[in-house]
Amino acid sequence: MSPELEILAIAVVTAVAAALPGTYLVLRRTAMVSDAISHAILPGIVVAFFLTQNLNSPVLLVAAAATGVFTVVLIEALIRSRLVPEDASIGIVFPAMFSIGVILISRHASNVHLDTDAVLLGELAYAPFQRLTVGAVDLGPTALWSMGTILLVNAVLIILAWKELKLATVDASLAALLGFQPLVVHYGLMTMVSVTAVGAFDAVGSILVVALMIAPPATAYLLAERLGPMMGLAVAVAAAAATMGWAAAMALDVSIAGSIATACGAVFAVSFLLAPRRGLVAQARRRSGQRLDFAVRMLLVHLLHHEGTPEATEECREDGLHSHLGWRESWTKRVVGKAKQRALVEESGELVLPTDTGRHLGNDAVIGFSD
Amino acid sequence: MDFLGDYTLRIVALGSGVLGAAAGALGCFAYLRRQSLVGDALSHAALPGIALVFLLTGSKAPLPIMIGAALAGWIATLAVRLVVRRSRVPYDSALGMALAVFFGFGLVLLTLIQKRPDAAQAGLESFLFGQAASLLREDVVVMSALGAACLVVLALLWKEFKLLSFDTEFGESLGRPMRRLDGLFTLLLVVAVVIGLRTVGVVLMSAMVVAPAAAARQVTDRLAPMVIIAAAIGVFSGVTGAVLSSVIPHLPTGPTIVLVLSTVVVISLVFAPKRGLLWRWIRLGRLQPAAALDPVLMHLYALSLQHPEEPDHGHGLAVLRTMSPTGADLERVIGDLEARGLVSAVGEGLWAPTPIGRREAERNLDREGEVGS
Amino acid sequence: MEDRGVALEVEDLTVAYSDQPVLWDIDLVVQAGDKMAIVGPNGAGKSTLIKAAMGLVPSVAGEVRVFGRPFAKGRGEIAYVPQRSSLEWDFPTDVLDVVTMGTYGSLGWFRRPGAAERDRARKALDEVTMGAFERRPIAQLSGGQQQRVLLARALVQEAPILMLDEPFQGVDAPTEQAIVAVLDRLSDDGKTVIVVHHDLQTVPEYFDSVLLLNVRAIESGPVGDVFTEENLRLTFGGRVGVLAQLAEAETGH
Repeated sequence: MSPELEILAIAVVTAVAAALPGTYLVLRRTAMVSDAISHAILPGIVVAFFLTQNLNSPVLLVAAAATGVFTVVLIEALIRSRLVPEDASIGIVFPAMFSIGVILISRHASNVHLDTDAVLLGELAYAPFQRLTVGAVDLGPTALWSMGTILLVNAVLIILAWKELKLATVDASLAALLGFQPLVVHYGLMTMVSVTAVGAFDAVGSILVVALMIAPPATAYLLAERLGPMMGLAVAVAAAAATMGWAAAMALDVSIAGSIATACGAVFAVSFLLAPRRGLVAQARRRSGQRLDFAVRMLLVHLLHHEGTPEATEECREDGLHSHLGWRESWTKRVVGKAKQRALVEESGELVLPTDTGRHLGNDAVIGFSD
Repeated sequence: MDFLGDYTLRIVALGSGVLGAAAGALGCFAYLRRQSLVGDALSHAALPGIALVFLLTGSKAPLPIMIGAALAGWIATLAVRLVVRRSRVPYDSALGMALAVFFGFGLVLLTLIQKRPDAAQAGLESFLFGQAASLLREDVVVMSALGAACLVVLALLWKEFKLLSFDTEFGESLGRPMRRLDGLFTLLLVVAVVIGLRTVGVVLMSAMVVAPAAAARQVTDRLAPMVIIAAAIGVFSGVTGAVLSSVIPHLPTGPTIVLVLSTVVVISLVFAPKRGLLWRWIRLGRLQPAAALDPVLMHLYALSLQHPEEPDHGHGLAVLRTMSPTGADLERVIGDLEARGLVSAVGEGLWAPTPIGRREAERNLDREGEVGS
Repeated sequence: MEDRGVALEVEDLTVAYSDQPVLWDIDLVVQAGDKMAIVGPNGAGKSTLIKAAMGLVPSVAGEVRVFGRPFAKGRGEIAYVPQRSSLEWDFPTDVLDVVTMGTYGSLGWFRRPGAAERDRARKALDEVTMGAFERRPIAQLSGGQQQRVLLARALVQEAPILMLDEPFQGVDAPTEQAIVAVLDRLSDDGKTVIVVHHDLQTVPEYFDSVLLLNVRAIESGPVGDVFTEENLRLTFGGRVGVLAQLAEAETGH
């Protein structure tokens, strides 16, 4: 494969690997934890690097995962103490850890490839240069293998724990205040996020990890009604965004990671606007179509309400309707016209009165609540 | 103490101090409104603004750069608000997306700049990671002016911002323009964040906004002292961090400031009188406040289990007193539980768990079971 | 009751959230000096009604008139006591400060509350018998105390109309008595009190008139006339039983 295609492969694999746990993060309203973890794992990686002196050692992955879980534990301890609210706890812990990591690098490793640029930004363009060789066989870029493995593991774990994850997630999003979170599922998910983040950041940097974990699932959230389809869509959107971003980056010769993140945003924006039921356009169209219908019903309810009452002659006068309902005259005319057209009201002298059909519709319209 | 005379150090310390004061003070309101992570999002979202300003004007002067950063951050908050209002995407996801997407776009612009002949954009990268050492006098002058302006506006509109943070609806019922005040507050926060970008960088900005407020909240129960103490903590951390980083080699300024700040937070959390963990340990023998509250809830729950048919069958304080640990201020605990919606008064002096309280009790039982196995 | 004029008039008010009606075509007239309860099942739009009357939520149709004029926020004619649970009580401030917030409306921009404002706040606190709690941080208040603080905050505004949202929810008996006493006093002074109330048993005892609400206004008027088993059944949809007997006992219908 050409280097460009290898980069594309890495990008797509990374995107899909991130979208899997990301779906749960979005649903559980813990999306910002991805930002926190992807920065907070830095000191873990640095320490592991000091121990192994090898940037490609799997120890780094383990250390990062452990640090990620530790970060979550720390954040939750802070929250449980009731001294600091949830969002603030996140905002305090991860910068502290990131600072420790940066200082460790500055003091002990400033001449090494592991620098903060890479942590934040990554550089996919360099990824093909690190190859995985077994014996004399070049198996392809290391990043592809590591992210591919992570993708596989994520997928398998999710399939195995599908019911548990769904239960924990649906409950949690329903009862966001209470957080029905069986501990194992919770920390398992955090571990997955940490491992994915560290696997990805050499190539794409921590910020893109955040984009990939949040944006494709959020996009899918506007398009799907159930968890399974949502995750499937998230994966598809992630792959699509990765491809589009890659293509743009190749054409314009700009940061690939940044381009993919931008593509994620663009795809979300499109979904936000055009999603069939939940998009802005669909909402507006529904509103304008329903507005007239709704107004007709309001008219009927108003007429029925005052039917037979002493104020009826006042409230139901055709030329007085607009002032009672507080509507513009032109709009009132339209509504009355529509109602007449649908044989729901009829004129009786100066008054507008409901027909029998209209009376039925008006009565049906008003459904109250009962305990 | 020779180094205090060092010109660079003075500049850096002053800049850091200004940042600490503005971010610390304004951060209190973000903290109280549960918008602590907005600082994080704003700092990341500022990147494309910075890059665009340079792309369009070729200038790296502090004021245009800051304006660009502020505009980008402002647009990001508008985007977040729009997404949250018009769709079911939750607030934290919208925030995270804005953060990452804007930043990614900023990266794209940065690499575009890199290819230009006048690619002296090394200066731009200092916004990413903070290179306080690269601060110039003119930078600090602009920062101080903006920081001071923020604090002045805060002082002038003090009661409006207090209303905004505590009870927006009440403010509206008084006829105050709460929506516009919200916008103004966001603007001030944007400015404070932008001031800090050169000093601590994008990633660490979140701490400058949140940590002073968190530390200050532990030591006071009133808003004005909280804001002042937070500002003071911010200044202290900024200056100390700057000094330490100039004295000890290989210590970048931004992370040092944040570590000083985090240390202050930890000290506050542990040693604060009344609220602090040490106090709690001494008084209750536990680190978690729930300990004092949970037993009462659990007792009420257990009692309610004896009347499964009547969820509103209540029990009086006398009964609870016989079951609760001695020394617990029962009235206060019940009051706390009630304020949290876990129990409610079902009659004269009679209490029962609410449905939420019941679930909390069940969750406690679950947790106990899990820990045991 | 003498006719002191109409304090609040709601006409054809309809409020909807994305085309789901929460209030349909509400008509309501509240006389000055009246004590009115708004009752209805959950989701009936009770809170929405008082919020819409104050312009805190937008309406799709109809209008609200306060003392004959279209209502404008900030004219200080209505004081609002929201539900306790809608506030974050862990806020760093004390009781006196919260009550003083009621004076912000009269202060305008840039002015700080001074000694005069704080004195007004103290007087209001005394009226709800919380004078000794001035300096207490609000995070340490019990439910009943919180409710009284919110009431004091409204009292300080000295508005002719008070709207309270479920003020008796989850408060102990002494607090309830204290609040009722305050409301009685206000009504005697000619102030109008409108209360979203959840406890049917106490409606005839505490209030002069009642609005039965279930998305539509079922019926409104003096308690004796309106609070009947029939109307309650219409409002609550059947499960009225014991309550109906109570209503009968109270009103003799």
